[in-house]
Amino acid sequence: MTQRLRGVLMPLYAVVTGLILGAVIMAVARYNPWSAYVALFSGAFGNLSAIGTTITYAVPLVLTGLGIALAFRAGLFNIGAEGQYWMGAIVAVWIGYHFAAWPWYIHIPVAALAAMLAGALWGGVIPGLTKAFVGAHEVITTMMLSYIAIFFGHYLLEQGPMMAPGFIPQSPAVTASATIPYAPWLPTLTGGFWITLVVIALTHILLFHTTLGYKLRAVGANAAAARYGGMNVAWFTVLSLGLSGALAGLAGALQMLGVEGQLSDTFSSGYGYTAIVVALLARNNPIGILFSGIFFAALSAGSQSMQIDSGVSPYMTDVITGIIVFFVAADRLYTYVRVRRARPTGAVGEVRA
Amino acid sequence: MSVVGQVFGNPELYASTLAMATPLALPALGGTFSERTGVVNIAMEGNMLVGAFFGVMIAAATHSSWLGLLAGALAGGILSLSLAWAAIRLQADQVVVGMAVNLFAAGITAFLFNTIYGPNGTPPNTPFLPTVTIPGLYQIPFIGPILGQQNVLVYIMLLLVVVSHYVLFHTTLGLRMRAVGEHPEASDTVGINVARLRYLGVFLGGLLAGLGGVFLSIGLLNSFDVGMTDGRGYIALAAMIFGKWTPLGSLGAALLFGFATALSFALQGIGISSNLVAMLPYALTIIALTGLIGRSRPPAADGIPYAPTK
Repeated sequence: MTQRLRGVLMPLYAVVTGLILGAVIMAVARYNPWSAYVALFSGAFGNLSAIGTTITYAVPLVLTGLGIALAFRAGLFNIGAEGQYWMGAIVAVWIGYHFAAWPWYIHIPVAALAAMLAGALWGGVIPGLTKAFVGAHEVITTMMLSYIAIFFGHYLLEQGPMMAPGFIPQSPAVTASATIPYAPWLPTLTGGFWITLVVIALTHILLFHTTLGYKLRAVGANAAAARYGGMNVAWFTVLSLGLSGALAGLAGALQMLGVEGQLSDTFSSGYGYTAIVVALLARNNPIGILFSGIFFAALSAGSQSMQIDSGVSPYMTDVITGIIVFFVAADRLYTYVRVRRARPTGAVGEVRA
Repeated sequence: MSVVGQVFGNPELYASTLAMATPLALPALGGTFSERTGVVNIAMEGNMLVGAFFGVMIAAATHSSWLGLLAGALAGGILSLSLAWAAIRLQADQVVVGMAVNLFAAGITAFLFNTIYGPNGTPPNTPFLPTVTIPGLYQIPFIGPILGQQNVLVYIMLLLVVVSHYVLFHTTLGLRMRAVGEHPEASDTVGINVARLRYLGVFLGGLLAGLGGVFLSIGLLNSFDVGMTDGRGYIALAAMIFGKWTPLGSLGAALLFGFATALSFALQGIGISSNLVAMLPYALTIIALTGLIGRSRPPAADGIPYAPTK
């Protein structure tokens, strides 16, 4: 089996396994899995407006997933993208409501870039430096920093400095000059989608058509060999985690400026965790991430109509997601079944806590 | 008395610390067993959730909180076997599989909760684990209200910490478990079954994390709620690291983090943001990892699948 074919087939096996086991669980709970899946699908893609909503859901997943994939490519596991996403959202909203006099062509880029910087600091500089110089594993540091960022966000909103007047823990709304509009011909499709397409292209070019991307992947493939070859591994650790955090920050910014318009206490996205799944399913391929992002967005967009039409709890989609991730990670199972012997394969990211 | 004195002089704060530390110490202890044998376990959150759910479900169905406790712990243990199988047999990425287990557990408990109990939630007459008063100890001023009257699972936790310490560091089994996590090749050479000990480590981890979930659902309360572990599995992970992968250290870290939680409740009363205090465990863990207060190092083979070369 060629590498390329394997890259498409293995995730498909995992998805099919997830859907089948999900159907079994629904059947055991005396639901009709077929009608549940039909409702799920039509909820996500049934008409143009639904498709717009699904793609809008996918935008933060794809952007954050791209960042996580970049880190994976460099051999690093950024598990704390959720916090970097929060940091980006906080900074973007603050700039978004604070500088009302700015024209949009300054306001939006400044807010987005500042959010990327915040994400990069949170995801890149701190975990990157601690990894490079004292060997603290990035799985733990990014995870811990993620929680700190989330509590920081809650602190700002709950009687904190970013709380809008009133009793509801939410920030003031961003001004019109900082708002990214929806598509005029499809009012459910966020303008952030076009930016996302550009970022996918840029990430693809960076990874596969630049020296920097080549070096980044070289560090990921074998850090010891890269170091022996004279590369500054510490710098690449900080850089790739920084880029990873920047993309999560951008996701937070686009969500705030293009979709939600304000930061609220109920904003508990979980995008940062789902995005890991998005990157894994696409095997860290930027173009693949567009499709896996839309797939997981469809699961959550369609889960509501699945509940309305067939009575199945929307949490069923989390069950399916969990099963898919399990079988993506345990992909040796399929190889094992095929050839009856386990072969060594490259792990998604060499992980040592 | 000053405000500070009112907060810190109140034995209630320390009693609550011990109670808050219990659902952290149990999974941290579980994680210690798992990672000492070389399997990275970020699935404590998921194991706790199924423990919490099946604890309530069986306690409500059998009208026995003790059967609930057993069922919850077993549920955590059984779920953790999926992690063990993927990590040991299929040599999968352990962090990713752990994440999958957490997602699955969050989904399946919420799905079952909605499907079985509907909008009314778990039955209000679910029995909960008893609170124990130790005569004599309870009468001692200040110490008494802290140590002398707690939920029975708090005492079980303390006992389990001591037993775990003994097993890991003073028995042949413990020595072998640690050897497998430090140097599986060498262990294999001298005839130790690496896979079996790793299965045991992960399974014990699941049992203990499940027990932590049981404490939340039928120890503190007598009900289940969607996502009720609220990230405690991850704080437990932090406690395990902060405690340098040892049972006593895990207990110490859990007490510290439990104190932070108890304190955040107490400080809320005098207008200090609980969110700021809640950051403490995570910040302390990062500091511990960077070596500012004594470097915390994982077992050498933690997270690396063992593939025997024959």
